[in-house]
Amino acid sequence: MKQITVDPITRLEGHGKIEIFLNDEGEVHQAYLQVPELRGFEKFSEGRPAEEMPRITTMICGVCPTAHHMAATKALDDLWKVEPTSTAKKIRRLMYNAFQAEDHLLHFFFLGGPDFIVGPTAPAAERNILGVVGKVGTEAAGKVIEARKRLRNVLRIIGGKPVMPTCGLPGGVSKAITEDERKTLIEAGEYAVDFCQFALKAFDDIVLNNKEYVDLITGNTFTHRTYYMGLVDENNKVDFYDGMIRVVDPNGKEFAKFKPQDYLDHVREHVEPWSYVKFCYLKDVGWNGFTDGENSGVYRVAPLARLNAADGMPTPLAQEYYNKMYETLGGKPVHHTLAYHWARLIEALSASEQVLDLARDPELTSDATINLPTATPKEGVGVVEAPRGTLFHHYQTDEKGILTNVNLIVATTNNAAPINMSIEKAARSLIHNGEVNDGLLNMVEMGFRAYDPCHACATHNLPGETPLEVTVRDSQGNEIRKLTRNLG
Amino acid sequence: MNQFEPKILGFCCNWCSYAGADLAGTSRMQQVPNVRIIRVMCSGRVDPTFIIKAFEAGADGVLIAGCHPGDCHYIGGNYKTIRRISLLHNMLEQLGIEKERLRLEWVSASEGAKFAGIVNNFTERLKELGASPVKAQ
Amino acid sequence: MAKPKVAFYWNASCGGCEETVIDLNEDILKVADAVDIVLWPVALDFKRKDIEALADGEIAVSFINGSIRLEEQENMVKLLTQKSGLVVAFGACAHIGGIPGLGNFWNRETIFERAYKGVPSVENPEGTLPQERTTVDGCDLTLSEFYDTVKTLNQTIDVDYYLPGCPPPPDLVMNAVNAILQGDLPEKGAVLAPAKALCDTCPRRDSKPEKISISEVKRPWEIKMDPETCFLVQGVICLGPATRSGCGETCIRANMPCRGCFGPVDGVADQGARALSAIASILGLEGEENMSEEETQKLVDQIVDPAGTFYRFGLPASLLRRKKM
Ligand code: SF4
Ligand code: SF4
Ligand code: SF4
Ligand code: FES
Repeated sequence: MKQITVDPITRLEGHGKIEIFLNDEGEVHQAYLQVPELRGFEKFSEGRPAEEMPRITTMICGVCPTAHHMAATKALDDLWKVEPTSTAKKIRRLMYNAFQAEDHLLHFFFLGGPDFIVGPTAPAAERNILGVVGKVGTEAAGKVIEARKRLRNVLRIIGGKPVMPTCGLPGGVSKAITEDERKTLIEAGEYAVDFCQFALKAFDDIVLNNKEYVDLITGNTFTHRTYYMGLVDENNKVDFYDGMIRVVDPNGKEFAKFKPQDYLDHVREHVEPWSYVKFCYLKDVGWNGFTDGENSGVYRVAPLARLNAADGMPTPLAQEYYNKMYETLGGKPVHHTLAYHWARLIEALSASEQVLDLARDPELTSDATINLPTATPKEGVGVVEAPRGTLFHHYQTDEKGILTNVNLIVATTNNAAPINMSIEKAARSLIHNGEVNDGLLNMVEMGFRAYDPCHACATHNLPGETPLEVTVRDSQGNEIRKLTRNLG
Repeated sequence: MNQFEPKILGFCCNWCSYAGADLAGTSRMQQVPNVRIIRVMCSGRVDPTFIIKAFEAGADGVLIAGCHPGDCHYIGGNYKTIRRISLLHNMLEQLGIEKERLRLEWVSASEGAKFAGIVNNFTERLKELGASPVKAQ
Repeated sequence: MAKPKVAFYWNASCGGCEETVIDLNEDILKVADAVDIVLWPVALDFKRKDIEALADGEIAVSFINGSIRLEEQENMVKLLTQKSGLVVAFGACAHIGGIPGLGNFWNRETIFERAYKGVPSVENPEGTLPQERTTVDGCDLTLSEFYDTVKTLNQTIDVDYYLPGCPPPPDLVMNAVNAILQGDLPEKGAVLAPAKALCDTCPRRDSKPEKISISEVKRPWEIKMDPETCFLVQGVICLGPATRSGCGETCIRANMPCRGCFGPVDGVADQGARALSAIASILGLEGEENMSEEETQKLVDQIVDPAGTFYRFGLPASLLRRKKM
């Protein structure tokens, strides 16, 4: 049996490694994305006072600390059964949307963007942020940096520091917003709304007007028929911060809709001995291995999944782009993995529109930032939509609020099985008779970059390149062929 | 098999307890030889770092002895000690070191017998508890 | 003249330390101009053998973030030390263990039991646990060994300098880089941040009287915290007295108390012991002579998680390093 190792040496809570095994005929037998990293947050949070969780779980991920911060803060609301003040909810929402927009934009331009903007067939050396700058011009590149800077400044104003925010408390937030600060927030919102429209327009020009790219998006290599999950508001519109969890089946029909507190009736995790990461599936369908279709409990989360699971966007501009995406790709749901990038930009626009709306609300500067809890804590669940998917925090405490049990299902765990499937599918389409096509690296990368999993090092992959090394070995472990991706 | 002989580090304040310990020594009271004494100016000067360091260095028990409440030479040194030690008790317990391995006692200059009794009793208790878990690792 | 070679590497890290490098914004280009980056796994391709091929000491400086939890991490940092002139422990995790260091309240077995069998969402009737070696359908798969105890970087290799913080703020990073480029470095082992305690630079220090007495400990959700008064005066535990300054008091400015990510000030062997000492001395200071033993105990018990509070970021670097179990 031949073995191919793809060692990206990048992160999902650390590093990730891909192993592809061929059978005697030289066809793909099995592919594994291994995650050799674990830190044990679920265990070591035990014994800590629950209110510290927004400042502990942020360190799960420095790329999406705000998502953990917010899921934890909401779990505290639920734990102490306290309703945040109206101002606090607005401040939190604003912060959360600014984070969502910033993270999506960065991912799109620095990581996923190069695949499209520079072109999927462009030489590897150009498929990075520098290539993007070459294609869209330095002025536009400057805007990307400016938009990110402004949105991160919003996070700093509200949460103290952009990496590792600290403001979340049960029933509210720690700090009020001043009128001066509110002006800065409005400006950031305006800039972001403009910029996202510009980005979507660039996507139109560069991607949608190019038949080759569209064919690639809709091609079979990057398509999986799965269930989809996402938070929705009372009108079934996409909501990043709050709402009910909705699941649609591969035909787009509502399969389940439930309160975050009821997640255990619907979500399960499967363990494999070859990875430190667990694999989520729908309890009512069951675990049927790494397969798609109605009979497999595998579901997907994150931008495209959220759009599939909802009936629309909560903001007017984003709604237009939402309609256009589904018209172009032939109605709902869309199963094409590469359409995640498109959905990501639509979401960034919607998040920016919400930042602006909320920033314009004068109530934001009210001093009523917190309702102090009075109930005895016992159990709480907090769910938000992280940029990379639905994020669950579930705490149980003693009557003093000291944690006794903690469960965390992080966004990428929901997508762990589909990511494996996408890698395997890319491998199957490109490896035949033991011949490893040179496009393998490209395809594997494009496949998992679309999900924006943490282990593709998402936002901080500066040149937009996932280092990969593929080694093909025979059954004796002798090296037959080696493919590497260098940046030179 | 050798019987386990616990090692105790004692911090005695200069003004009362050290004299008490001294008295216990000079008057040849029955006292087990398990304790090593360090003289400090006041029980309030015993930094928690010293205590933790003692455990880290292999002590099975640590004894802090100071003047009776109200009698501290520096007025309130021993009140601070009370709070430090009870907070330290809570913290050490979380780190797997039993509360009983750290004792705070009041011994005046004339209480030589009391001091000897404390050491004997502490030694007995530590024998029951066994070697410090720090050593086991 | 050839540009100095620089490496960035990460261990059990969250990526936030990498993010802070990106937050240098324009300055990152200056850095990229002045040095030759030979290793940066988040951003540049690299292979272990490329590093192996370098001469010993050829890398001028390696910035290493994250604590050490896996065998693979230990191996890599050992290789890097051999190839590097200077090693800088970057961020709280590398410096003092960081939040993942709270794992030292447990061990490998308890962490695995919880994550793969204990949590309510897991369905694992066979009790499968990740294995260092497995064979699935004749395919051999390996995972790096997971250690019982989280270690700091200097418990693994020889470290020359430390950049504290979770994550270190961009200005300290820039200062450090400039100091290295100009060869203007303090004594080996120095922490590249101000030596003062956070209280000395805190915007609230004027509201802190000479003598504070806490008669009731307040958890941050129990009162509406005043945005201008010292937290300790409000009864809220703040680690400012036992923590190094240099962070820009970011948490305090967001109206939340310090949790100590910058680690201890110079000369302090155990951050938690120092913090405990500072807090214990002001607990019920007023009227201390009239407090009964029970009253004292009750007040002390109001600090609900002393070890997890005083060693929030620094358990692996503490004298005891971990819970004994
Ligand atoms: S120090 Fe903080 S930001 Fe850096 S890796 Fe550790 S947890 Fe992340
Ligand atoms: S204790 Fe905290 S709030 Fe008070 S002065 Fe020190 S750092 Fe500032
Ligand atoms: S205030 Fe304390 S916890 Fe916050 S960044 Fe500064 S040193 Fe770290
Ligand atoms: S002088 Fe004896 S306890 Fe203070």
